[in-house]
Amino acid sequence: MRSLGWRRFVNRFWTVASAAGVVAALVPLASLLWLVVSHGAAGLSLGFFTNLPAPVGETGGGVGNGILGTLLLVALASVIALPVGIGAGVFLAEKGNGRAGDVIRFVTEVLSGVPSIVIGIVAYGLVVAPMKRFSALAGGFALALLMVPTLARSTEEFVRLVPGALREASLALGVPKWKTSLLVILRTAAGGIITAVLLAVARAAGETAPLLFTALNNQYWNFRADQPTASLTVQIFNYAISPYEDWHNKAWTAALVLLLLVGLLNLLARLLSRNRMEGAR
Amino acid sequence: MTLAQDVATRVAPQHRDERPAPPKPTVAPPNPPSRSGAADEEQPKLRISGLNAWYGQNHALRDVSLVVPPRSVMAAIGPSGCGKSTFLRCLNRMHELVPGARAEGTLLLDGEDLLSRQVDPVVLRRRVGMVFQRPNPFPTMSVRENVAAGLRLNGLRGSHDEIVEHALRKAALWDEVKDRLDASAIGLSGGQQQRLCIARALAVQPEVLLMDEPASALDPIATAKVEDLIHELKENYTIVIVTHNMQQAARVSDQTAFFYMGELVEVGPTEKIFTNPDKAQTNDYVTGKFG
Amino acid sequence: MAPEAHTDKIFDVELTTLRDKLLEMGGKVEAAIAGSVRALIERDSALAEKVKAQDRDINRLEVEIDDMCRRLLALRQPAASDLRFITTALKIVVDLERMGDLAVNISDRAVQLNQSPPVKPFHDLVTLADLSEAQLKKALDSFVEKDVEKAEEVIQGDDLLDTLYQKLFNDLLTYMMEDSRVIRRATNVMFAAKQLERFGDHAINLAEMVVYMVRGTDVRHPQSRDIPKP
Repeated sequence: MRSLGWRRFVNRFWTVASAAGVVAALVPLASLLWLVVSHGAAGLSLGFFTNLPAPVGETGGGVGNGILGTLLLVALASVIALPVGIGAGVFLAEKGNGRAGDVIRFVTEVLSGVPSIVIGIVAYGLVVAPMKRFSALAGGFALALLMVPTLARSTEEFVRLVPGALREASLALGVPKWKTSLLVILRTAAGGIITAVLLAVARAAGETAPLLFTALNNQYWNFRADQPTASLTVQIFNYAISPYEDWHNKAWTAALVLLLLVGLLNLLARLLSRNRMEGAR
Repeated sequence: MTLAQDVATRVAPQHRDERPAPPKPTVAPPNPPSRSGAADEEQPKLRISGLNAWYGQNHALRDVSLVVPPRSVMAAIGPSGCGKSTFLRCLNRMHELVPGARAEGTLLLDGEDLLSRQVDPVVLRRRVGMVFQRPNPFPTMSVRENVAAGLRLNGLRGSHDEIVEHALRKAALWDEVKDRLDASAIGLSGGQQQRLCIARALAVQPEVLLMDEPASALDPIATAKVEDLIHELKENYTIVIVTHNMQQAARVSDQTAFFYMGELVEVGPTEKIFTNPDKAQTNDYVTGKFG
Repeated sequence: MAPEAHTDKIFDVELTTLRDKLLEMGGKVEAAIAGSVRALIERDSALAEKVKAQDRDINRLEVEIDDMCRRLLALRQPAASDLRFITTALKIVVDLERMGDLAVNISDRAVQLNQSPPVKPFHDLVTLADLSEAQLKKALDSFVEKDVEKAEEVIQGDDLLDTLYQKLFNDLLTYMMEDSRVIRRATNVMFAAKQLERFGDHAINLAEMVVYMVRGTDVRHPQSRDIPKP
């Protein structure tokens, strides 16, 4: 029998070690936040959110079109990815135990492992080349390809979590199978699925590589799907690789804006899931 | 037919005129002649002949034949794995949900063969409702929405407030929830949730109510309330109840069917089954010699 | 392949104990009636007193058996054959206890008679006694063996017993009319005979309950109701 003193020591040692691990993990995050905030906060202004990019040297430019573009791209991506991803997830959960399910799962796994630049190239080949133009649609398509695998997997998980008893209850009321899946199962899993959607959207909003040769960039406001579109991420990229210091500052600020956007989405997802938990009690 | 037509043809005017329910006597009815089936003269509600059911290769039900009179309670008893739950699920074709399950034989509801291909199981399940062992209210819906779920999910728009109140009264739950109809259904106690599920089943206006061990997950007081409820429901519905608890079967049912190893060993008036059954096997089960 | 024992072994033990106690009580009643009749015929007052003392055991057993039955009903919720057995026990116990009391009455008559000179022997009395004892024995046997035919024989046998009692009654009446000095003694004998006839009636009650216990049909009071088909 080990002595009590020894056990206490071991306990304390591992407690300290895990705390140190947490700190080690938090340090990069903290430093990242610190860097972005300290470099980018100075450039924040209302104009930054609403103005078009200004040429070098001029003051007062903004990333208004970038923000709009990101939102537009994400919206387009969602329109494509949500039905496909959620639909695939529901299919996998309900009927996914056969060959078809195995195939779909395999494809999803593969797709989620593809590097995002390759996704971009694929989108170029599938959308940009036939259309003979860069477009927001192509960018949205590329982002959708990124979103679908995680959406499908998460949806499958959440739908599987719905107790079978609910399905039985619904069917016993004389509700057809398809309506049961849609109105009961999906509605019960909705909370989780919405969380998954928000997280997928947050990720898509932060992608750069796929947009480089699909949506390209645009100096002006764009509301059309068939035109190249600015996006926050590409804008940051362009500012960052430029030789101008003034643009470097703008890059920091834009990065801060992007972080805020993504952070907001994550926070929303977190709040929603907590509400769901409390509502269930 | 659509649910609207289906419900409209079956909503009997007297159901609506029963509101508000008069106070029920707290004493047992003076003479229970109806226990042995005062409805003998009427056509049986359910007539089952030669019912066989398989789960894959497993022959779960063998040649079951019995008759359920209208507005009576039939209890199915037997040891675990005897086929009584399978039997119950065949009655509203829920057995079809299990892959590899099939049933053959004749299952007549008011003379109509339920197992035939012409009958849509979805429509059938609106005439034959089911309550399960564990209460399963829809967690994302309120009490009101749960009760109306059977109607709403089938596309019937409207507030259904009358039907909701009627069903909750019939399930002896109205007084307890009338002030919290829009609160989440999950906040109710186990016994209340089960009565909510009963109300939900009743809201679709079924003719037959199937109950699969409805009180086994409940405490004794909640169980007594559910049993009392079954006595009341018997006036308007035909009920088939599967139960592990023999005393419950004795308390609640008019007829009892004893199943063993997939076969129907004996069926008869409950009083007879529990005082002087015909088959020695029934006697052995009922006295606790096996099972 | 039908199992004989209940899954709950304690219940089996309780039912066996109940049956044993009933048989013990039956045995004591048999002994009581035999003893009281012998005391009457052999003019043995000591034996009569002994029979009266032993009635205490019979009464004690009645209370014990009632308690056991109530306990089983409350705690075991017996059904079907078990229920019939226990309700039969509750009813039989009443008849047995009364039969014990009848034996005590006969013993009292014996003590009374022994204070006077002997009265002429009545063979019919002995026969009546033998018949009553036989009825009880057959009824108890039918209970143990769950033999409905034997129980029905007991029920049929009551006619003979009644006839014999009537004959004895008439004979005693004639005897009294011939010689008024024997009236007191003859009346005692008549009382004793009456106890024996009632003894036979109780044996029939026992047999009717055995039929109910085994078959599930209640065959009592055939003149007052329609007997259900067994």
